[in-house]
Parts: sequence; structure tokens; C-alpha cells
Amino acid sequence: MLLTRRSALTTVAAATTLPLIRRARAQGAPIRIGVMNDQSGPYTNTTGVTSVVCAKQALEDFGVATKGMNVEVISADHQNKPDLAVSIARQWFDRDGVDVLLDVPTSSVALALQSVVREKNKVYLNVGAATSALTGSQCSPNFIHWTYDTYMLSKSTGGAMVKAGGDTWFFMTADYAFGKQLQSDTSDLIVKAGGKVLGSALYPFPETTDFSSFLVQAQASGAKVLGLANAGGDTINSIKQAAEFGINKSMKIAGLLMFVNDVHALGLDIAQGLNLTESFYWDMNEGTRAFTKRVLPKTPKNYPNSIHAGCYSATLHYLKTVADMGAVEVRKDGVATVNRMKAMPVEDELFGKSKIREDGRNLVPAYLFEVKKPSESKGPWDYYNLKVTTSGEDVYRPLADGHCSFVKT
Amino acid sequence: MFGFSRAQSIAFVVMLVLIVVSPYVLYPVFLMRVLCAALFACAFNLMIGYVGLLSFGHAAFFGMGSYVAAWTMKVWHVDASIAVIFGALTGAVLGLVLGYLAIRRSGIYFAMITLALAQMVYFFCLEAPFTGGEDGIQQVPRGHLFGFIDLSNDMTMYWVVAAIFLGGFLLVHRIIHSPFGQVLKGIRENEPRATSLGYRTDDYKLIAFVLSCMIAGAAGGTKALVFGIATLTDVHYSTSGEVVLTTLLGGLGTVFGPAMGALVVTSMENYLAQFGAWVTVTQGVIFMICVLAFRRGIIGEIGAFLKISL
Amino acid sequence: MIMIFGIPGPLLFGQLLLGLINGAFYAMLSLGLAVIFGMLNIINFAHGALFMMGAFASWMLLDYAGIGYFPALILAPLLVGAFGIFLEKTIISRLYKLDHLYGLLLTFGLSLVIEGLFRNAYGSSGLPYRIPAILQGAFNLGFMYLPIYRGWVVVAALVVCISTWAIIEKTSLGATLRAATENAPLVQAFGVNVPRLITLTYGGGVALAAFAGVLAAPIYSVNPNMGTNFINTVFAVVVIGGMGSIMGSILTGFGLGVVEGLCKVFYPQASATVVFVVMVIVLLVRPRGLFGKAA
Repeated sequence: MLLTRRSALTTVAAATTLPLIRRARAQGAPIRIGVMNDQSGPYTNTTGVTSVVCAKQALEDFGVATKGMNVEVISADHQNKPDLAVSIARQWFDRDGVDVLLDVPTSSVALALQSVVREKNKVYLNVGAATSALTGSQCSPNFIHWTYDTYMLSKSTGGAMVKAGGDTWFFMTADYAFGKQLQSDTSDLIVKAGGKVLGSALYPFPETTDFSSFLVQAQASGAKVLGLANAGGDTINSIKQAAEFGINKSMKIAGLLMFVNDVHALGLDIAQGLNLTESFYWDMNEGTRAFTKRVLPKTPKNYPNSIHAGCYSATLHYLKTVADMGAVEVRKDGVATVNRMKAMPVEDELFGKSKIREDGRNLVPAYLFEVKKPSESKGPWDYYNLKVTTSGEDVYRPLADGHCSFVKT
Repeated sequence: MFGFSRAQSIAFVVMLVLIVVSPYVLYPVFLMRVLCAALFACAFNLMIGYVGLLSFGHAAFFGMGSYVAAWTMKVWHVDASIAVIFGALTGAVLGLVLGYLAIRRSGIYFAMITLALAQMVYFFCLEAPFTGGEDGIQQVPRGHLFGFIDLSNDMTMYWVVAAIFLGGFLLVHRIIHSPFGQVLKGIRENEPRATSLGYRTDDYKLIAFVLSCMIAGAAGGTKALVFGIATLTDVHYSTSGEVVLTTLLGGLGTVFGPAMGALVVTSMENYLAQFGAWVTVTQGVIFMICVLAFRRGIIGEIGAFLKISL
Repeated sequence: MIMIFGIPGPLLFGQLLLGLINGAFYAMLSLGLAVIFGMLNIINFAHGALFMMGAFASWMLLDYAGIGYFPALILAPLLVGAFGIFLEKTIISRLYKLDHLYGLLLTFGLSLVIEGLFRNAYGSSGLPYRIPAILQGAFNLGFMYLPIYRGWVVVAALVVCISTWAIIEKTSLGATLRAATENAPLVQAFGVNVPRLITLTYGGGVALAAFAGVLAAPIYSVNPNMGTNFINTVFAVVVIGGMGSIMGSILTGFGLGVVEGLCKVFYPQASATVVFVVMVIVLLVRPRGLFGKAA
């Protein structure tokens, strides 16, 4: 009985994986793009299925079928567990014939996959993770970071706000690597620009739901700007409660990592006047609006943010590289593919033209937005006013400061 | 020789065969995840199944074992075997300290006090500089075993993990069937009686706890070796919860239950990953069905059906 | 200005007050847990998910039916409580004779399912819900700025907690209930429908969680994970207060809110861990909890 139950399980498990492999071998191996992100946890809306939809949209828009290319998109939920992510990624590379890893939010997971991709010599296009270590101390020649990182967020939001007179800051910081890095990067920029940091509160993550204690401390500090070095539900909670304490009237609030989906969750009457940085907004120009119109029906009522758009743009650029190099060459050598991607100019209707730097940093421009007042908003998801644009060359960490090991300086 | 009954011997041989055959059918890295989880569950089962104490903080020992093994590998460049031993020792020492505080409580209070102590360990791991906070310890080299066996090959690594698992599995079994294990069972069944017979029951329970923590630490260390990372997930209370579910699903207090539970839970996590948002719902439904219909767990139900103890 | 431990006195008082307000949520949630544990002997891990359902119910009432905050304060607990009764009738009632562990695991599975379904339907970013107009704004207390809504939360929580305590300890219904906890067959023999009493108790405990959820909706992010952040602390509160002790839960809930508030001033990183430090100390010194009866 034990034997049968066990072997039955084994057979079932084998049956689920084997056909995949057989198909891969039979059809002359399609190129597989593996989208790995959070589909059941806190980042479901900011990454999740919408990222998968956008990657598939890129296949369609590029005309994969008409060009006779054989490309597939598969996806998995890493549940924000680094070991699960490593296990899935290894299986994807070794057994399921995946050539590109796409998206991957959550810094600890993103970092854990860096060495796996390098070991297997595949291509890693990260869009969802924030940490700038991915192109710095933990950089890899197989890696490209697509639309944002902690340094760029600090520089765009922090720099612009100090310039606009917000020269004294109080931080509310999630007590983990990402939050602390965001705070220290922003503090450096504030001090450099002649501002001052009056105080900060490190709060436990993710257990904190009530921020009133820290808000009162912020209020007592007399700072002009409240910097939120946190993400997701924490940011939403902080802003909701800041409004309750009237802090949105006495201080400027800077959300250091926010997406249009977070603004939607807050509602404009609470979010109005917030400053935040993204590198994409769906209502920016004809191209972004057309793109949004194409993908929106396929998403779970979720407008694309800069991560979703980045997944589209990264896939599109990869497909161009495949067309240029040929599928056989692309599959053979991840580093060579990434080098070709870096050599080719990036251009699409969502981000315009950009260039991928030696260390794998894609230099897209950063936009500082201010959230509209309810009276200014004309339709669904009409949320942002553009305040400042910073070019990719200016907003990202200078190449030399990253100390990336394989970049010769 | 390890006190297996006839049925158990057959089952053990079946398990051995499966361990040997499966890497040629299934993906070895996935199987290594299963084996690490299985060893962890065996350690946990020693407490719940044979001492009758539910620890809700076993992730602390698993996670600290994983951190220390990763750190010694990465910073001291020690041999893989030494790293796993360090992991096990960490588990044992931590188990001794926390167990000393917790062991005088029983039932739900023991569960709660271990949970609370584990939360403190979690806080320590979050704040201590050597753990790398949220990012964890990354890019740990697999290195060599005994100085000459290169572990970077997945198959070689697999045999090492399989050996560690079997070692731990047999150790647990040996403990249970030793005179010491008999006393433990006596304590579980009737503690006042054991006390009146002159046994210092708290000492027995503490030793069992330390052994369980040691094996959990070894499991954590092995996992750090396989995946080259040690992160906060391993010390998080959800990991403590997962090992409870694993053991329950396989069968509390059965010899082969924890391994079976680990196979099912890890497969679910792995193969459901492509269904995205439905992962948690499916897991939830399976746990509910298990509690409502298969309370003895998979192996326990099979054993009950065949009227044998597995 | 008076300084206490290097912190300006007024700021410290403000923090104490805020801690007390947070404690109101702990008190309401742990009260429900304690009632359920005392009566059903079930550790209701789904409490966080039911709290979340309360918040979502108030959002749905507003969005789909145009029903505002104050009616929702009554309606949402009723709806979620009815759902709780349904759960008790169909699933939970099968576990009464078993070890605590099984109830804990079943309700844990239940919370995974509930949260997963809500995430599928509404995503994870959350939904907007605003403070009702009449409760917007703030009092200036001199030493701090206290939002009116926070004041309202404390008042509402106190009223609910005290009335629950009074119902259980001071009414004849409560007396029957307590008797049924002690000796169900005997109470049944007196002609009381004990199973129905149990069902209603579970519904009541769930309604308390949902009520807290409605109170939380305007100030916390309304998302499927909102309950999980609370649940650990709330468990700790119940254990510290003494499992099943009604007044113990209420007092400990407020008390721990204050302890946590103080920790947020002096060592904020540890503010989520301090609860567990207190729990270990209490369990070592008084194993039955602060207000628990000796078994």
C-alpha cells in the first residue's frame, strides 16, 4: 500500500514534468521566458499576473508568430521565498528549457537568483526588485535591471523635493535592508543638496500596522517633509494615518517607493499632493495610452505601472536581440546575449529611447509625479501630474560608485 | 538493528529504493528540498510524536542552523561537513537555552512559549549584522566535502543530502527505540507516574528537545548548503507552522509520516507555483480536508488500514 | 518642559494615549478569541481573516449598496457573524472532541482559503475607505493632536468590551453560557439547547472581530493580509491575559498597547517583539496567564 501510494505520487509528479521536457526536445526548443513574481502575496497588484500579461503582449506586438519565431512565456509564483525561487529557477533552466528570467520582485529573492543565472549562463532581466546592489556589489554580466532602483528613487524624489524647498526631513523607515538603504541613500542626497535630516523612526517590518506613534514623533520634529522609506501596505497605512493626523496639510509627504496601484488603493482624497517617482505612467502620451488600452482587458482590472511596462519593454528588447542574433546563438550563451542587448539601442513606445550601461543598468528617465486633487481627475486612474523629469544619465548611480566587479574603471 | 518491525523494514527498503531511483526521474534540486524538509519534520516529530510536546518555534533552530552553516562556509571557508556540524551544534546549544526556559510548561503553553522565544530569535536575526538582514546571506559556495568531493554538481550534492537525511532519520528512530526513548513514551503517556518511578522527567524532555533541535539545525545547515542562501524565511514563524502541517499531513508519531508529509507539502509548493493566486487557496483546502477527514495523516491512515504501525 | 527618561513629558503622554488606542483593537480582537476559546475550546486562527472580512464588508456595503459607515458598524458584524455561524455549523462543530491542535490547524487552513479568495477577487493593494465626515478632524489636547476618529475608536471599543463582559458575567444568558462551558451535559439536561448556544457564541466572537474590522477600515489599509499582521500579537494577548479569561483579555489588550507604545518611543525596532518578551516572562512566572484561573 505504501509502495503503491508513493509510486503513484512519483508517477503523477513525473507525469506533470516529463511532457514539458519532451515537448521542449521535440519541437526544436522554443525560447522560453520565465516570469517569476509574487502572485499570491503583498505584491500581487504591483507585479503578479499583470506582468505576465505584459510580457505576452510584447510577443504579440513584436509579431512573433508572423516572424516565424518560436517563443513562449511561462510563469510561477515565488511566494516571496528565496529558496523556493532558487529551486524553481534551477528546474526551469535545467529541465524546462527556460532562457530568460523576468520580473522577480522582492530584493532577497532577486539577489538569490543572481548567482543561479550566472552559473547556468542564462539571461536575467529584473524589473520588479528595488535594490541597487543588483548592479553594484552583487552585479553579474548576465543581468539587466530595467526600470528603477533605490538610488534612482532617492535621487529623483529626494533631490527634487529639496530643490522645491523641502529641506528638512523626517523618515519613517521599514526596518529591513531595503528600507534602510532607501533612507541612507536619500539622506545623503538631502545633505548634499543642503538639506537636513531631523530624525527617523525605524519600525518593525512587516508586523507594524499602526504608525500613529511615529507620526506624532514626525510632527514634533518640525520637519517639512515626511519621507516614507517603505513599500506596499505599509506605505498605504502610513499615508492613511498621516491624513488622519492632519500631517498631509502641515508636511509634504514623499512616498519613496509607490506605484499607481497604491494611489488607487488610497483614493485621491487621501493621496492628493503626494510626491512619488515612477518611470512610467499609463497616461503619459499616445504610445502609453495605446499600450494600456491593449493590455487592460487581459489584466485583473489592474492598470499597468512602471514594473508591468518594464516587463513589456524588456521582453520586446530581448525579442529584437533574438531576431538579430538568431535563436541558436541566444540560447547558447547568456553573457553574449546580454552584451548584445547592451550594445543595441533600446527603443519602444513606453519609455522612448534609452541605453543599457555596462553594469546592466537600463538608463530610463525618472519622473517625479504629484498626485492630483480629486477635482482635477477626469476619469478612472487619472492620478498623476508630472512635475520634474530627470534623465537616466543623471538619476542613476554613477558607474564608478557602484563598484561592480566586472566593470573596468 | 534499528528496532524496525517487519512492516517498517519493508517500508524502509521502499523508501531507500525511492531515494536512489527518484533523482533519475525527478529534478534533484527539488528532491533535495524535500529531503531537507523531511529531516526537519523528523526532528519535529521527535517532540510532538514521542514526547507529546508541540513546539511552535522550531524555525528558530532550523533557521539559526542555516545561518551559521552559511556564514562559516562563506567567511571561514570551512569544509561542507564542518558547516553542517556547526549548524547542528547551533541548533543544539540554542535548543538547550530555549528548552531550559520552555520545558516546564506543557500543552498549549509550551507551544506559545516556544513561539514567543522563536520570535525573539527572529528579531535577533533581523538586527544582527552577520545575517545580512532581509537580504540574508547570499552566494554561499557549496564547496567541497572532506576536502575532495566537489559539491557543485547537483547529483553529487544529492547523494550527500540523502546520506545526511538517512543519518538523521535513523538517529531519530534509534533514539525512540532506545531505553531513553521508552522513558520518553512513558512520560508522554503518564508523566506523574514516570516521576513517581524516580525519573527526572524535565531532564528527559530537555534532552529530547535538544536532540530534536540539533537535527533541525543540521537540516537548516544542509539546506543553506544546497541553495547557497540563508534568509529570514527560515527563521520566520510561517516555517514553524509549515513543519507542523508537514508532520500532521504525513502522520503524527509515525516513523515515515514526516518524510511523506514533506514530499506532499514541498510538491504542492513547487507544482502549484504556476497557478499563481490559487496556491494559498488550494493549500488551505487540503489542510482543512486533512484535519476533517484524514486526521491520522497519510501514513497514519495507511497504517490503520493495514493494521500495522509505520 | 518636564523630561522623562530624556523624552519630553508631553510627548510621552501622547504616546501613552496612542498606545491605549491601539490596545483597543487588541482588546476587541482578543476578547472574541477568548470568548470562542472559553466556550468552544477552539483556538480560532481564522480570527484575523474574519477581522479582514469585517473591513471588506463595510467597503462592499458602501461600494455596492451605498450604505455608509454607521449602518455598516451594525450590518457588517451581522453579516460576518452569520458567515461565522455557517462555518461553525458546517465545519468547526466536527472538532469539539479533539485536541486544540486540530482546531488551530483547521482554522489556519480556513484563513488561507478566505484570504486567498479575497486576494483573487480584489488584489492585494487594498481598497480605499474614508473616515466618515462627522468624525474627521482632530482635538488639540495641548500636548498633542488627537484625531477625533481615534477618540471614537476608544469609546466604541470600551463600550463593546464592557457590554460583552457584562453579558457574560452579569446576565442569566451569560450564566447559562458559563455553566455550559463547565458542564455541558448537565446544562443540556436542564433543557438548554447547548449546541445552539455554542453556535451563537462562535457567531458572537466572529461578530466582535468584524466590528473591529469596520473600526479599522478607515485608518488601516483594507487588504486581504490586514488580519495576519494582527493575529500573532492578539494570540499573545490572549495567552498573557489567561486563555479564556474575558476581563483578562480586555485589560491585557489595553495594557500591551501601552507597553508597545512606550517601546515605539525608546526602541521602535523591537516594538513588535516586546509583546513576546512580556509573554515569556508572564508564562515563566505565572503559567496560567495574568488573569487565568488555576486549572
